[in-house]
Amino acid sequence: MGTRNYRRKTSHSESGPGDGGRTGSWRVERPVVDRSICIPARRGKEACFICWLFCPEIVVSRTIPPTIDLEYCKGCGICAEECPTKAITMMDEAKFAQEGKE
Amino acid sequence: MSAKSTILSLPREEYVHPGTRACSGCGLAIAYRVGLKALGEDTMLIVPPSCLTVLQGLFPVAATKLPCLNVTFASTAAAATGIIAALKTQGNDHTTVAAWAGDGGTSDIGLQALSGAAERGDNFIYFCYDNEGYMNTGVQRSGTTPAGAITANTPFRGKPQQKKDVPAIMAAHHLSYVATCSAAYPLDLYDKVKNCLDYPGAKYFHIHIPCPPGWGYEPRHGIKIGRLAVETGYFDLYEIINGKLTLTAASEKLLEKRKLVPVREYFRAQSRFKVLTDEQIEEIQKQINEKWEGYYSTAG
Amino acid sequence: MHIIENGNVAAAMGIRLCRATVIAAYPITPQTPLTEKLSEYIDSGQMKAEYIPVESEHSAMAVCIAAASAGARVSTATSANGLLYMHEQVQWASGARLPIVMCVVNRAVGAPWNIWNDQQDSVSQRDTGWMQLYCADHQQIIDTVIKAYWIAEKSSIPVMVCYDGYILSHTYMPFDLPEQEKVDLFLPPFRPDYVLSPAEPANLNTVTLPDTRVDIHGELAHGYMEIRYLLQEDLRNSLELIGQAEQRFSEIFGRGTDPYLEDYLCADAEYVALGMGSITYQLRVSVDALRAEGIKVGVMGLRVYRPFPDEAVAAALQGKKGVIVFEKALSYGYEGALASDLKAALYDRLAATGALPRVRGFIAGIGGRDIRTAELTSSLRSAIQETTHTGPLWIGLNL
Repeated sequence: MGTRNYRRKTSHSESGPGDGGRTGSWRVERPVVDRSICIPARRGKEACFICWLFCPEIVVSRTIPPTIDLEYCKGCGICAEECPTKAITMMDEAKFAQEGKE
Repeated sequence: MSAKSTILSLPREEYVHPGTRACSGCGLAIAYRVGLKALGEDTMLIVPPSCLTVLQGLFPVAATKLPCLNVTFASTAAAATGIIAALKTQGNDHTTVAAWAGDGGTSDIGLQALSGAAERGDNFIYFCYDNEGYMNTGVQRSGTTPAGAITANTPFRGKPQQKKDVPAIMAAHHLSYVATCSAAYPLDLYDKVKNCLDYPGAKYFHIHIPCPPGWGYEPRHGIKIGRLAVETGYFDLYEIINGKLTLTAASEKLLEKRKLVPVREYFRAQSRFKVLTDEQIEEIQKQINEKWEGYYSTAG
Repeated sequence: MHIIENGNVAAAMGIRLCRATVIAAYPITPQTPLTEKLSEYIDSGQMKAEYIPVESEHSAMAVCIAAASAGARVSTATSANGLLYMHEQVQWASGARLPIVMCVVNRAVGAPWNIWNDQQDSVSQRDTGWMQLYCADHQQIIDTVIKAYWIAEKSSIPVMVCYDGYILSHTYMPFDLPEQEKVDLFLPPFRPDYVLSPAEPANLNTVTLPDTRVDIHGELAHGYMEIRYLLQEDLRNSLELIGQAEQRFSEIFGRGTDPYLEDYLCADAEYVALGMGSITYQLRVSVDALRAEGIKVGVMGLRVYRPFPDEAVAAALQGKKGVIVFEKALSYGYEGALASDLKAALYDRLAATGALPRVRGFIAGIGGRDIRTAELTSSLRSAIQETTHTGPLWIGLNL
């Protein structure tokens, strides 16, 4: 089980993603961004980013437009709820599974 | 308070990894993420048993990128004292020491140690994230659970006792800086953390944290409910600097607007308050109105 | 340099000589003069350290745990109910593998309240994964504190240095004050394998699962059970470390004995009295009296209680007809704690030889009840001469 140095004798954790596993599997709905309505997408520059600000899971990127890391997105829906232009819609996850999109 | 931050002015760097074990829509995750952005890389964290323990990860994977000491339930503030002492003996006066504890770990089991550290004037920031119950262990009632709330210990008639006013307790220690914040107002939280670093001794933050399973609402409504708590005048955002209280952000706006959203809207949005009667809600509304009359008259 | 001081001051001097930098303590009789002395040293600038006036013993150990995790050499001291209050933290410190040195000024535990000496407080902590070293005089107190830091930092295991409240803590004895240069030679600056800091972040002591789990490098990491096993393994291996400490100490300071046992007339003894702490010196008077009667008896002071030096104890008692244990603590519901541990060691090591010494146990001095030497002598004599005996006998009881 490796060397018995001090870090192996203690509960010593190093940082990395996915402590909870692939938390994207928790979702029943996934956020879908409509680029024609999303403010930074329409303007072609950094703006708004309310979805980035409020995402509890840090899976919304601060890019133009914002993208969602589906590996970890838990589908809480806060981004959709808070988007000022309703550019984000929560869609049934099952729909994507059926279409073979994962 | 100095210049107010905007979303675009917030630092990009993240100090937490995605894929944690926090609940979907966890209010703490939002507040913690922004709080760490304000604290920055040169920080040491202390965390007692709480939701944050789980969010930060189980051995051997850490979701947090900053150094963190997990400690026993009652000893958060004392551990902060210990870190500060060690840093001092090493000639380090630049590293920020920040404790993050839940409401139970602060207002109940951790209050004694917190009071001791405050009295000693130890230079650290203590963040109490208040989701109003022992949520990590299954929604048991705590000292800061509001009156009337259904919890695992008060399943039918709701909690009979009042919510403990911990910021007032900490202000009574004559701390230079005490603040209340909310996960629904992350920019206000960010600015207050930046602001408090100028002040000596222990700094106390009390952050209101909406909790989907504990409070009984759909995760997507978390920010809305957090906002309602403030817009109804129920939970106020303020700073107490050297004894002087100043409302901030949305609470400050209420001073100008002179119009509170009826608190019934806040209660009816959460199933934990379903046993609150209309009469009880009216009584609470009266108390809130009186409190705000006081704010209005002080503001002049 | 020879000085005359009390036991608490001897301990404080040891801590000062070891250059501890963070002291956190809460006042409790009979420990208070120890921490007061440290406060004097720090307040006057004689000692460069932070003194943290904590609001409870639980917090005292919390401060020590945190400061040690961040790389500081720490110390605390307590007694009785103070030790009991910090029990949760005591367990935490050993599980976290921190080299904390704590002086326990032995005192009776409540209920009911009692401020006088017995050893129930430290003995009740024998299962916590700390080392326990017992002192019988002031020279041993100051010397043991110095050795304790070296042992703790080599093993990453915390150490309790125990001495009797009032009997040693408040009495005055002459002893040699070690020179600072020699202590610095014996005990180098604290350089832990890992220091919690932003330079090398980690999350320490979080929830650790029953099963092993893969870490971020894709390697299988130890689980809780392995971490606990390694504590036990390192504790047992510390017996050797304790021997090395004694060896090094005697090379530098010119004094030292057997690391585990303090022997008085045991070599040719047929019967051996066994105890921990100051009672063993009182027993020497009884031994002298019985020797004058022609009884071949000696007394052995046990210096290391945890890790239990079973091999050394069994070897020293092999061939003896009987061992008579005198102790100031018990595992309620069974018998004297030391008597139990002794019997287990003798059984494991000597049962195969077919010659197990008889073991008799006495409980004395509970709650500071005066121990009359005459009663010790008669108890020792009767234990040697009688053949029937049921359970531990309490000396000086007045029902």
